Amino acid sequence: MEFLIAQWPRFLDGTLLTIQLTLGGIVLAFVLAMTFGVMGTMRHWLPRAVATVYVEVFRGIAALVVMYWLIYALPLLSGFQLEDMFAAILALGLNLGAYGAEVVRSSINAVPRAQVEATVALNMSWAQRMRLVVLPQAWAQMLPTFGNLVVELMKATAVVYLVSMHDLSWIADDLRRLSGETIPVFLVAFALYYLIAQVLIFGVRLLERRANRRLGRVPPSGGGILGLLRPPTVGTKVGVAK
Amino acid sequence: MNGLMEFVNGLWDFQYTGQVLPDLFSGLLVTIQATVIGYAIALTLGLLIAVVRRVPVFGTLVHFLMEFIRTTPLVIQLVFVFALSPANISVFTIGVVVIGVHYAAYTAEVYRSGIEGVAKGQWEASRALSLPTSRTWTAIVLPQAIRRVIPALGNYLIAMFKDTPLLFAIGVVELLAVAQQVGSKDFRYVETFTMVGFLFLLVSIPSAIVIRRLEKRYVAV
Repeated sequence: MEFLIAQWPRFLDGTLLTIQLTLGGIVLAFVLAMTFGVMGTMRHWLPRAVATVYVEVFRGIAALVVMYWLIYALPLLSGFQLEDMFAAILALGLNLGAYGAEVVRSSINAVPRAQVEATVALNMSWAQRMRLVVLPQAWAQMLPTFGNLVVELMKATAVVYLVSMHDLSWIADDLRRLSGETIPVFLVAFALYYLIAQVLIFGVRLLERRANRRLGRVPPSGGGILGLLRPPTVGTKVGVAK
Repeated sequence: MNGLMEFVNGLWDFQYTGQVLPDLFSGLLVTIQATVIGYAIALTLGLLIAVVRRVPVFGTLVHFLMEFIRTTPLVIQLVFVFALSPANISVFTIGVVVIGVHYAAYTAEVYRSGIEGVAKGQWEASRALSLPTSRTWTAIVLPQAIRRVIPALGNYLIAMFKDTPLLFAIGVVELLAVAQQVGSKDFRYVETFTMVGFLFLLVSIPSAIVIRRLEKRYVAV
């Protein structure tokens, strides 16, 4: 116990790196998901083909493999070495961005046809249609799945442990080796991961509520903030097909 | 054209690729074995958990534990169990069991949604016919529930396949580990790691197509 308290600053450092990787990954994955997701709904074949290739390639290869490629193979190929942190965020963002792009694409396609037809009748441009009508509705649809993806991304950051970046997993393993107290050290690490996940889930729920409010929908359980604290029903990890 | 070929050869050694391919394939075989055995664990254990979850207090506890497993990274779970295991258990066994249990936490949710999707009338009819509980489950509820969730379960097979490189963390010599070994020996990471990527796609894209077919077949019912 004393050991854990003495080592608390190291746990915090590890947690901080894990959070940085998660946030960096979220930003990159979000940009990629939106870009390729919207491209996947376009009428012209070229953007659609580009989106499909991106999604199939990066959904098919594990983030760890991409990260290894970026860290070990790319320097030999191009002659410059990426910062580890950058390579890790890039690998995570590319991987989860591919899953996200599928979510964006299917959510946009799920917006009722009549909504799109109405924008045509009103003579809206493509950009107006997207910004004012399609995306706000698709957004509310995407968020629950995004919540799961965000947790998956947070979990995936632990792979940086394999390239010796000092994230929460690495710190836990290091402290285990130093002290031999496997169970307490790892329980603290698990608890910290669990905590980060709960905060992320809560954040996405808040966004979800706001998105639904803007569409004039109120959740059946009532709109109170406490309604967001109900036991999470994660459990739907997005697979490859779909 | 000649200039282009020279440029490509400078970046990529085809002969070397041919040399390392057999090693990589043997690594891929370990990856596939781990996936298949781990998936079998995930399917059976997940079903068990989904049924047990309906038991009042114990079920809630199990649910909480599964939630905990789902929200913490697989890598650290692997290292944790590895550190606690006696030395005479092989890393492959540890890896397969941990990945199986991790995914059981996901498949349990899938089964649960399938079980909840079975119409209430089916339960009532079983009761009216005074079928024993075991028969209600095995002959009435589960056949309907499982059929419905086959595509969702299939997705986890692919997700799991892509998570097996993590077994590398505890020293299982699977595809990525082989590439790392061979690559560091000859200091040729470009060919080895690129081939790893290709081999992954070689397995995961066709499986995704198969699952899309399954989806069409079962969801339409």
